[in-house]
Amino acid sequence: MSKNKVLLTDPLDDNNPITVQVLGICSALAITVQLKAAIVMSLSVIAVMAASNVTISILRDLIPNRIRIIVQLVVVASMVVLVDQVLRAYAYDVSKELSIFIGLIITNCIVMGRLEAFALGNGVWRSFLDGVGNAFGYAWILILVAFFRELLGSGKLLGIQAIPDFIYEMGYVDNGLMLLSPMALITVGLIIWVQRSRNRKLIEQG
Amino acid sequence: MDYANLFIKSIFIENMVFAYFLGMCSYLAVSKTVKTSIGMGLAVIFVLTITVPLNFLIDQYLLQAGALKWIGPEYAELDLSFLSFIMFIAVIASMVQLVEMIVEKFSPALYGALGIFLPLIAVNCAILGGSLFMQIKDFSGITESAIYGFGSGVGWLLAIVAIAAIREKIAYSNVPAPLKGLGITFIITGLMAIGFMSFMGIKL
Amino acid sequence: MNRDSNVYTFTFATLMVFVVASVLAYTSFSLKDLQNENVRKEKMQNILSTVGIQTDREGAEKLFNQYIKEQLAVQSDGSIDSSVNVFKDVKLALELKKSPDTQDFPLYVAEIDSEKFYIIPIRGNGLWNAIFGYISLKEDLNTIKGVVFDHVGETAGLGAEITQDWFIERFIDEKLFDANSNLMGITVSKTNNDPANLDKTDHEVDAISGATITGDGVTDMIKERITHYVPYFEFIKSTNSIAVVSNNNLNLN
Repeated sequence: MSKNKVLLTDPLDDNNPITVQVLGICSALAITVQLKAAIVMSLSVIAVMAASNVTISILRDLIPNRIRIIVQLVVVASMVVLVDQVLRAYAYDVSKELSIFIGLIITNCIVMGRLEAFALGNGVWRSFLDGVGNAFGYAWILILVAFFRELLGSGKLLGIQAIPDFIYEMGYVDNGLMLLSPMALITVGLIIWVQRSRNRKLIEQG
Repeated sequence: MDYANLFIKSIFIENMVFAYFLGMCSYLAVSKTVKTSIGMGLAVIFVLTITVPLNFLIDQYLLQAGALKWIGPEYAELDLSFLSFIMFIAVIASMVQLVEMIVEKFSPALYGALGIFLPLIAVNCAILGGSLFMQIKDFSGITESAIYGFGSGVGWLLAIVAIAAIREKIAYSNVPAPLKGLGITFIITGLMAIGFMSFMGIKL
Repeated sequence: MNRDSNVYTFTFATLMVFVVASVLAYTSFSLKDLQNENVRKEKMQNILSTVGIQTDREGAEKLFNQYIKEQLAVQSDGSIDSSVNVFKDVKLALELKKSPDTQDFPLYVAEIDSEKFYIIPIRGNGLWNAIFGYISLKEDLNTIKGVVFDHVGETAGLGAEITQDWFIERFIDEKLFDANSNLMGITVSKTNNDPANLDKTDHEVDAISGATITGDGVTDMIKERITHYVPYFEFIKSTNSIAVVSNNNLNLN
């Protein structure tokens, strides 16, 4: 059982998709301007990764080697497009919120990365755990970055003002630079700094 | 549109990495040495230069609303644009599979160095982004789309070779141990991106 | 069967294409009507909101039919094509690709408490993809009554903020034309000297930090789309001024 538990705990630190495997960066930059967007994206990725890891794992003995990349992509893309179509018919407002994320999820390297690295060679239950574990590892970094970007960049959290008025009156001004993508990169760099100071195993040698 | 203008624009002003932040995963992970970066960059150029014009044709004659009217007038109403994503990705994935086979055959060392990031070119947001931008940019012909694809690829190559060169040099600097490698790369990329913001909004 | 053989690969690929295409096509076509209904009602909601009528999607159709008196197709020379049903048939994205002499541009005329408003759909390019919306003008065909913006894929928290009330409010009461009747449009500007937006004749509003390109897209979109309607606006103004002159003559008696 502990062999399976590791699939859930490793991606939170030792094998974090963003800070160690270097996957899922593009979306980490694009949707961490607001905390709400980061949360919605995280939930979507958890769902997609669980579903696609399971599907590819089920099909893994049937997929011809030469077209495996295409098959993986088509499975993920179809799943996401299906969800989008259903939402647009039955939950139109939700689909409008999610529409920008749809494209970002399909190209999220974490999804493809785990299919290649794990689901193609492992059983269904373990692939499911790997998918969920990596998605959570991705989610918590995303939420951390979004937390700082929205708080420092616009003074709000989840759209509600979080920095009290008296601090603004003392002369504090929102740091507009935090809203721009380069600062997301620097924030992740700082997170890596903290992570590797605490987890010395991850420090790169040479 | 002026081809030279389009070419310059797609390299500097609309640089895939620094203006749109696409293709970051491979960019950050593969830029450890200049040699592998050049290899990766060339692969990206190859895939972009072929897939953008190919997807342009598919969009024009198959996917766009009214695109199918060359089959017959009764098909003029059909709008298959909901298939855009899947079609573009299928084309890109096929190209990448081809590239993977070529690289494995002719340079096993490069193949090993790129590792998982070679098949990941298929989901490299820069490649899909190239095709999606082509769709909304409304090019007048296949040559324009090819130049755009080629230029975007060159821009990506320049970006990754630049950061690789810096990373090689920074090995001799006093970077704090936890920041070595990936951490400092993130921070430098952020600074380079701020620098590239000076190009934003320039109209050629 | 050997998984790596050509026959197997080809068969698998064909089967996969067939399955995926059927499932997606079936889903898309069977849900199409429901999706279109949602889009239709949202369109009505948006048009109404530019003239200050907020409604949920359910009540949209009734209010739309109540307040929107005319739906016109304006051509590039200022004439009206009465054979076109603009709400149903004109998609701006496609219309803009046609040649200028065949284009039909929708104009919705609303009447609320005896006041007329002219509502125009607009469309343009943001940073990542298209941006669009509606702009409504008061009877003077110059002052903005209201706007509504939407987008396909702008960045959440930056370009996507064009949909928010605090951005939209900046446009209300701004003037599109200058004193000499030249179309100035509205520039979404970072160098706007009027942050409290008190000057409504400066043809400028404050930009959104971090959303320069989306803001530029809004500027271009407004100017380019209003340009199509200028000939028709001239026509309306000339017929109205004849009516005003006749009224004055009556008063002089």
